[in-house]
Amino acid sequence: MRIFDPHIHMTSRTTTDYEQMYDAGVRALVEPAFWLGQPRTSVGSFVDYFDSLLGWEPFRAAQFGIAHHCAIALNPKEANDPRCVEVLDLLPRYLAKDRVVAVGEVGYDSMTPEEDYAFARQLELAVQHELPVLVHTPHRDKAAGTKRTLDVVRESTLPPERVLVDHLNEVTVGLVIDSGCWMAFSIYPDTKMDPDRMVRILSEFGTDRMLVNSAADWGKSDPLRTRLTGDAMLAAGFTEADVDKVLWQNPIDFYGQSDRLDVSEVDREPTALFEGNSVLRGARE
Amino acid sequence: MKISKIRAAVTKALDPAASVWFTEARQQIAADRAALARLFPAVGRKCGRGQLWTDDPELIGWTIDDAVRALLLVGASIEDVTAVYNYGDAAERRAVLRALPLLELGDAAVPLVLDALRTNDTRLIAAALGPYAAEHLPADAWRQAVLKCVFLGIPLAWVSDLERRKDDELVRMMRAFAEERIAAGRPVPPDVLMIVPDLRGEEG
Repeated sequence: MRIFDPHIHMTSRTTTDYEQMYDAGVRALVEPAFWLGQPRTSVGSFVDYFDSLLGWEPFRAAQFGIAHHCAIALNPKEANDPRCVEVLDLLPRYLAKDRVVAVGEVGYDSMTPEEDYAFARQLELAVQHELPVLVHTPHRDKAAGTKRTLDVVRESTLPPERVLVDHLNEVTVGLVIDSGCWMAFSIYPDTKMDPDRMVRILSEFGTDRMLVNSAADWGKSDPLRTRLTGDAMLAAGFTEADVDKVLWQNPIDFYGQSDRLDVSEVDREPTALFEGNSVLRGARE
Repeated sequence: MKISKIRAAVTKALDPAASVWFTEARQQIAADRAALARLFPAVGRKCGRGQLWTDDPELIGWTIDDAVRALLLVGASIEDVTAVYNYGDAAERRAVLRALPLLELGDAAVPLVLDALRTNDTRLIAAALGPYAAEHLPADAWRQAVLKCVFLGIPLAWVSDLERRKDDELVRMMRAFAEERIAAGRPVPPDVLMIVPDLRGEEG
């Protein structure tokens, strides 16, 4: 089983997680920019975080045979903090990078006017940089937040097929299914969604435009829940092709719209990379 | 390291579409330095990331995007070079580090080299220890960087001018490191022998 985790915060995870993910079949992932648990107090703090998503994390992932890409954005929680909002002016520099395959996570946390502004402005940036968008839906008042999200997407010039609406569940999936947007589900140990509930949603709504992620971060979460969901799909009678579509092909098709996704090296052996130095490495052996 | 060699290798490496993009990119940067911020990150996508084929030993290990980025930086001020490095992803930073010997910046780019040497990213550390570091890095920082290479498994063959710059203090540091490994019953990286050739007897 090959797995593309379309939403996971590896900055908060250990190298042991990378090893276990590789063993479970994870070969590619996208790490969207989010908050760190502790609120940031300056734009410089975002710069260091974005550098890490574009430097250290892809390097670390490659050592374990996993292709790392990221999404860059001002997240909804910190969109409410005037000390952080100026980062919007810096985003174009980062949205120009090779391994940035989406704008995200954007969307609503508390549905404030500040969040409205940051959300709409970042949808414009996505249009300008020809990138798809990963949209977080709020944990509190989720159904209302999801409806408002879809309204904002409709008012933008972004086509719905370039939008992924995340953290959906039984109550909100029906709102999104006819919108043309892609749909993602975060499989958690206790909250959000679990593998068996996910299988029931796939049975009812089909596998088109459906993505499954672990959304693992520093909270109680598990980077291997994508694999457990694939196993639950097979146990419920889905074919291996169905599993591959949901856990691999759909993320490739969605993020591939950026034209910056590169999974050409995922079948190579995990190794510390000395890029392009095969000549010298050969001479040394 | 000669710009003409890089230019010739790039001319051979680029397909017609990439060649047009490169020509236009140089014109845009010549007209407006600010264009560098937009064009520098796009080089990998527009020109490719494959190996650069050249007979110049100093360019072994360079990729096509490294070489194109180096040519885009020729003539840039230290302020522009620093900004491109600071906002760069790992591939862009590697290209800046590799380009430094071509840029006639004197000692001004030493802070960029020191920044790269503080990381644990082996690609950046290896790129930082090219001819520019051999020429401009102070002795203390240079010795620590060479020792860090051995720790991280970066081949010392990548360190420019190792033979010329190595001194008694580096030999002492490397020998102390080897003795620590031997005392712990852990293997001594073979590259240590490049600095301390008489170690083999002690190790056996």
